[in-house]
Amino acid sequence: MAASGAALAGFVVAHLAGNLQIFLGQEAVNRYAHFLKSTPGLLWSARLFLLAMGALHVVTSAQLNREARAARPEPYAGKAYIKASPASRTMFASGLIILGFIVYHLLHFTFLKLHPQYGQLTDALGRHDVYSMMVLSFLNPLICAAYIVPVFCLCLHLSHGLSSLFQSLGINTERSRAGLAAGAVVFAWGLFAGYAIIPIACQLGWVKLP
Amino acid sequence: MNLTLNVWRQRNAQDKGHFLEYQAKDIGPDMSFLEMLDQMNEDLIKQGSEPVAFDSDCREGICGMCSLVINGVPHGAQFQSGSAACQLHMRKFKDGDVITIEPWRAKAFPAVKDLVCDRSAFDRIIQAGGYISVNTGGTPDANTIPVPKPAAERAMDAAACIGCGACVAACKNASAMLFVAAKVSHLTTLPQGQVEAKERVQKMVARMDQEGFGHCTNQSECQAVCPKEISVDFIAQMNREYLKSL
Repeated sequence: MAASGAALAGFVVAHLAGNLQIFLGQEAVNRYAHFLKSTPGLLWSARLFLLAMGALHVVTSAQLNREARAARPEPYAGKAYIKASPASRTMFASGLIILGFIVYHLLHFTFLKLHPQYGQLTDALGRHDVYSMMVLSFLNPLICAAYIVPVFCLCLHLSHGLSSLFQSLGINTERSRAGLAAGAVVFAWGLFAGYAIIPIACQLGWVKLP
Repeated sequence: MNLTLNVWRQRNAQDKGHFLEYQAKDIGPDMSFLEMLDQMNEDLIKQGSEPVAFDSDCREGICGMCSLVINGVPHGAQFQSGSAACQLHMRKFKDGDVITIEPWRAKAFPAVKDLVCDRSAFDRIIQAGGYISVNTGGTPDANTIPVPKPAAERAMDAAACIGCGACVAACKNASAMLFVAAKVSHLTTLPQGQVEAKERVQKMVARMDQEGFGHCTNQSECQAVCPKEISVDFIAQMNREYLKSL
């Protein structure tokens, strides 16, 4: 759970670094996208690795969920929480939303099945115009909402998951636990800010079509 | 003050169990939660009804026998943290309050009767490795093995665990990680316990799984309800010990 989560979180960071190139303009984004597409070995090993990690994460969570239900066959009449964070209590729900979003997101930007009108553009050098696809997509407020809400869930999930990781892998010590937990929360919401700024920038006209 | 109590009644382990409503009358603010139940039981006996069975022993917060989930929280920790139910006083409640009282609920803690459950799963975890083997022979002189002061303090913090099982009762996964972590950390932090460190953590974790406790999802509810305020830092220490032992 922790190890696969760490790998997936690593991808979330790398993916944001790629996305933020939108602020560097059309050339940077399209060059980066073209570079990824032109190294199929690297691209497909990364994709297969992520698929395996995602599958492992889902399978272990299902297994642990089943164990937890078996460990308490008779529920409490009224269970009250006094310490558990809202993020930690909604991990299963936020996880399901993320899973659904990954499918939607791949159909949108990778397989170009949804909103195909934005996916067929080419730039002056004949490369796939990913920059225009992103900007045109995020000019649609519905697409923005369908993006920002699941990304919020993802970062909520990470805010518990990342701090939980240090505990599960035994990295926490008496001295470091509070700092690492707070750092994980700040990091998760930093990621949210980074992801959310892109559709917001498109909506506000900070990022324009070429 | 007068209170309405929703109390879990269960004749025996086979019975399905259900809630029954009782009135606790003329409860004084200086009574402990258990004394309030004693008074209610006396009224029940006078009426010719079966009194409510619940566990208690020292009634001064050090034995770990009391095991009541009060309004959804073990030991009523939402009213007062760092204490067992016997040290919770009725001044924390007010006239007319409705209080729900349930037993610890976990597959590994099977019901015995009413609010009493069987916590011998914890004893079996201790038997699996929660000890230090000492060869027989002459009594060694005191302080022949130097123990660093920070290690002694840390071991003592872990040893404060009274094994009540509130951590299991509070955990949404009915996990016993805090209990096992406290025991593993207590012994492993001391030089005498380091000899068997690897074996101990392996055996105790295996026994914990075998008993049917759930896993840890790091919500820290256990620490919040623990009458001895055992820190979840010990869970990280046990995870570290476990990874080292592989």
